[in-house]
Amino acid sequence: MDTALLIAIFPQVLIDGLILGFMYALIALGYTMVYGVLEFINFAHSEIFVAGAFIGVEILLGLRGTGVLDSLPPFLVLALLLLAGMAASGLLAVTVERIAYRPLRGAPRLIPLISAIGVSFFLQDAIRLFESVWRNAFNLVYPTMDQLNIRFHLTETIDISVKSLVVMVAALLMLWALHLLVNRTKVGKAIRAVAEDQATASLMGINVNRMISLTFLIGGAMGGAAGVLFGIQYSLINPYTGFIPGIKAFTAAVLGGIGNIPGAMMGGLVLGLLEAFSASYMSLLTGGAFGAEYKDIFAFSILILILIFRPKGLLGEVVRERA
Amino acid sequence: MEHRSSWRLVVVALAVAGLVFPAMALAGAAKGTIKIATQSPLSGGQAALGEGIKLGAQLAIDQLKGPIEKLGFKVELVPYDDQAKPDVGVANAKNIIADKDILLVVGHLNSGVAIPSSEVYKDDNLAMISPANTNPVVTDRNLPNVNRVCGRDDIQGVVGAEFAKDLKVKTAYVIHDKTTYGQGVAEFFRDHAKKIGIEVVGFEGTEEKSNFDPIITPIKAKNPDLIYFGGIYDQAAPFFKQAREKGVKSKFLGPDGMESTDLVKIGGKAVVGMHYTTVAGPVTQYPKAKKYATDFKEKFKKDPEPFSAQAYDSAAMGLKAIEAAVKAAGGKIPTRGAVAAEVRKLKYAGLTGTIEFDAKGDPKKATYFVLQVVSEDPAKFGDNKLVKRLDIAAPPLKK
Repeated sequence: MDTALLIAIFPQVLIDGLILGFMYALIALGYTMVYGVLEFINFAHSEIFVAGAFIGVEILLGLRGTGVLDSLPPFLVLALLLLAGMAASGLLAVTVERIAYRPLRGAPRLIPLISAIGVSFFLQDAIRLFESVWRNAFNLVYPTMDQLNIRFHLTETIDISVKSLVVMVAALLMLWALHLLVNRTKVGKAIRAVAEDQATASLMGINVNRMISLTFLIGGAMGGAAGVLFGIQYSLINPYTGFIPGIKAFTAAVLGGIGNIPGAMMGGLVLGLLEAFSASYMSLLTGGAFGAEYKDIFAFSILILILIFRPKGLLGEVVRERA
Repeated sequence: MEHRSSWRLVVVALAVAGLVFPAMALAGAAKGTIKIATQSPLSGGQAALGEGIKLGAQLAIDQLKGPIEKLGFKVELVPYDDQAKPDVGVANAKNIIADKDILLVVGHLNSGVAIPSSEVYKDDNLAMISPANTNPVVTDRNLPNVNRVCGRDDIQGVVGAEFAKDLKVKTAYVIHDKTTYGQGVAEFFRDHAKKIGIEVVGFEGTEEKSNFDPIITPIKAKNPDLIYFGGIYDQAAPFFKQAREKGVKSKFLGPDGMESTDLVKIGGKAVVGMHYTTVAGPVTQYPKAKKYATDFKEKFKKDPEPFSAQAYDSAAMGLKAIEAAVKAAGGKIPTRGAVAAEVRKLKYAGLTGTIEFDAKGDPKKATYFVLQVVSEDPAKFGDNKLVKRLDIAAPPLKK
């Protein structure tokens, strides 16, 4: 075993893992917020995430098509993409809630779950249909913005690109803003009240439906931002791209304690790091016997272990007792 | 009013059709329809190649169905979408077997789909001619109905390793996609590379499609002279792109799975200058394919993808075999077994060369190319530079 090599790549793997972790954290917020308020898993969230990625790539391709992409400052473009992705995904999430979940609110809990799975399939194929008619393409590639690919060399072998920094900074900013919104504002208080007890909240003059829509809007917007960042970081997207990150982010939400916003962040980071470390190190540590292909098995085994000892997740599940 | 006039139109159209085509309609009705199925991914990440296979077969049928129609049969193409998934391919295969009009399958794109599907065709001895499956197992099962018009991975991997030697590569890192095809060719590359003195510093499989960071980091640290990707462009291209973006300077090499315009559409600058081995050279390599390329463009408004010409040849050979089998059956619809037997007897001068199958269904001699990507413009993919061209006989069946 090459110990020097193991140590040499450590910082790079840490960076890789953090980027992936922040991505999962942003997506996980959508799952955890909806669960916190409605106690239901919005399985369509992975497609809401992908919708953001597609809006981003369409805008970029549109800008490039008209030839203005290179003349605009890259961070302005980036901000535009993020805002557009957030708006589109947020609105999509609200629409989905209005059409597919609200009519089922009184129904047994499995019913909206099935509805969510249906919406997920519907959105996947709607995006696929649209893209095949519009661009005759299945895979779409984010055009490269050269300024975002500049790399800072920390050492000979360790470096970090501007876009990776953008992902981390953007994720941190959004998580911080969300934290302020939920804990420091009146609206946040209202959302928390609805999560606590819908009937009582409505007696206090809180418009429950509006707060639920708002929850979907915020969760969806975070997902959309994650979609744009995902596209910028990994460049290739297709209508089914969301499935795996969606499942992972859902796992991250459970790991952190579903319904718990800081928990989702932490779960995302833990899962991202576990995945990066197992993918990079497994084959080196086992002499090639277990390769990177086993990364998910390794990451999820650790996850099961954590959940055995902390069944409510790292930071504890936020579930109210029902009378 | 509108309804009435559209009805009138339909009646007139039917009348015209009745006047113009009565002979054809009667002939078709008299003896029935012969169908040729294609199986290839028409949706998903590999649809570009799969669609090319369907269209190649379509063009061959449109241009060459005359002799069978003269015998009194209608000839139809039925395209199936195997989605590059073994389970979907097998399910389609069962539908194909159930449709007794289908006498030939042209397909698949992926060896991992072709192998289980052909087990189903075998049950009814339905002939399959593959334009693109390179895994040795496809023909090494010695099935009487399975054939291919292209080369094999046990040779392609060796050609790749020999070429790596030409590039003066000392260390190589091998990545594969864990499919029958990708892992297979990667292993043949690895084994031969070791044999000829190239040090293989890593061998890794992954099903990842988007985030290659954790795989690239150890590669970058080991800094190999060459990275070989045993797999298909929809996965290899983003991998190469991310590797270059992360500052990996190694040379890139891959098998025929790289062969699609989508490689450069996705990979962009990162894949320019990389090499790949293939069993389906560019159309310019085949002197007889010139007219085919213009016909293809005229009919489908796009350039043929790699393997389209192979699909054309596969379908054309199938038509020849069916024609012979119909004649042998005294002008009746032949059995599937008879068609499969006729396929093995053919010696056919196709677009991609003269094709003749050996006892297990391999072409007696196949052509292998090494090409270099010259431009990030997808329209120039056909201009990729030919570095090497080798004609190699298929190995005999190992007992």
